[in-house]
Amino acid sequence: MSLFRAQLRREWFLLIQNNEEVLNPLFFLFLAISLFALATGGGPDVLRDYAPAIIWVLVLLANLLSLEGLFRRDFEDGTLELLVLKAEPAFLALLAKVLVHWAFSGLAMALLSPLAALILYLPTSALPTLMLGLLIGTPALSLIGAVGAALTVGLKRGGALLALLVLPLYVPILIFGAGAVLEQMAGIETLAQIYWLGVITMASLTLAPFAVQAALRVSLEQ
Amino acid sequence: MTAAVSERLLHVAELGCEREGRLLFSGLNLELATGACSALTGPNGSGKSTLLRCITGLYPDYEGLIEAAPTSYLGHRPAVSPGLSVMENLRWFAALSARPATPAAADSELIERLEVVGLAGYEDVLCGRLSAGQHRRVALARLCLDESPLWLLDEPFTALDLNGQDLVRALIAEHCAKGGAVLCATHQDLGVPEAAELRLGVRR
Repeated sequence: MSLFRAQLRREWFLLIQNNEEVLNPLFFLFLAISLFALATGGGPDVLRDYAPAIIWVLVLLANLLSLEGLFRRDFEDGTLELLVLKAEPAFLALLAKVLVHWAFSGLAMALLSPLAALILYLPTSALPTLMLGLLIGTPALSLIGAVGAALTVGLKRGGALLALLVLPLYVPILIFGAGAVLEQMAGIETLAQIYWLGVITMASLTLAPFAVQAALRVSLEQ
Repeated sequence: MTAAVSERLLHVAELGCEREGRLLFSGLNLELATGACSALTGPNGSGKSTLLRCITGLYPDYEGLIEAAPTSYLGHRPAVSPGLSVMENLRWFAALSARPATPAAADSELIERLEVVGLAGYEDVLCGRLSAGQHRRVALARLCLDESPLWLLDEPFTALDLNGQDLVRALIAEHCAKGGAVLCATHQDLGVPEAAELRLGVRR
């Protein structure tokens, strides 16, 4: 367990050092949301219907933006290779890494989502569903994304490939996440879609750390 | 017989490796017992680093047999994060190499290690602010933290001043004296009189 704690501590310090890595995706999220609000021009009625979709799509993209840097630095300075060689078990340390990534991306976005909802005129009654969906769904984004990031970290320009690998896997999360809010807005009181998000997150929590470890071994073979 | 096997820290038999369509080495045999030190020499591109990476297990694309005791590897990339302080780097590594039998080193021990490598007083300095040579010294400090018997060093003298190079020689000699073994890719004299030499890239 101390390995897990040490890794958490390390990632925490590193992210404080490189705070632009945390802030850039958040800036992107709110900038893009504001642009949508400006461009639609249709006022509350038009925006409201599209708000869940806009927020979820942009959360997905902002997450993707933050993923590229997840392993890049550690890969370049050699600590990643040391981690894979030394940590017993490596997947635990990698899980800690992804967890900190989530705390500064998905969790931060979930906590800031009321602001996004405000900009897009999302009814306040739908806000709890939006936040709950983001809280439960975004860990899966980080976990699945980490597998893609681990596979592409050895490539010079891995960004486009990363998007190509990861976005199709994000689709179910997008559908359930945005769907839950839309249902709530239509007056259907059900948590079914949120439960599905929970299923996806639990499944990726159990499988992704091993996949990340295997993917990193492949990336380090050079 | 069993005693002889337990003393063997590295056994490489009939090792062959091909990279980018070029044969780096083949039929390579190497044995390192406790206390042994071997210099791995050869021109640039002769496969020194690749051999070391094969032994660590990072590079699985080889033919032949490798049996190695737990290793401690110091590669080209020193595995020191520029964004962390010297102490935080070592703390992380201490936790990483902790095993149930050998718990993580305490802070006092880490500071001792820093004194050995000549970085006393630099505990809270960000590694990104250190010079290249000091960077390597942090890596040397973490190498000593590890209890692994087999050291695999890839050009450990890089960026070090004369005093630092002597430090590397002293660390190697100390490690061998403690019953470890060292395989070191280098272009310089290891300063260990009984060191064997394995030369790669000759007569191909």
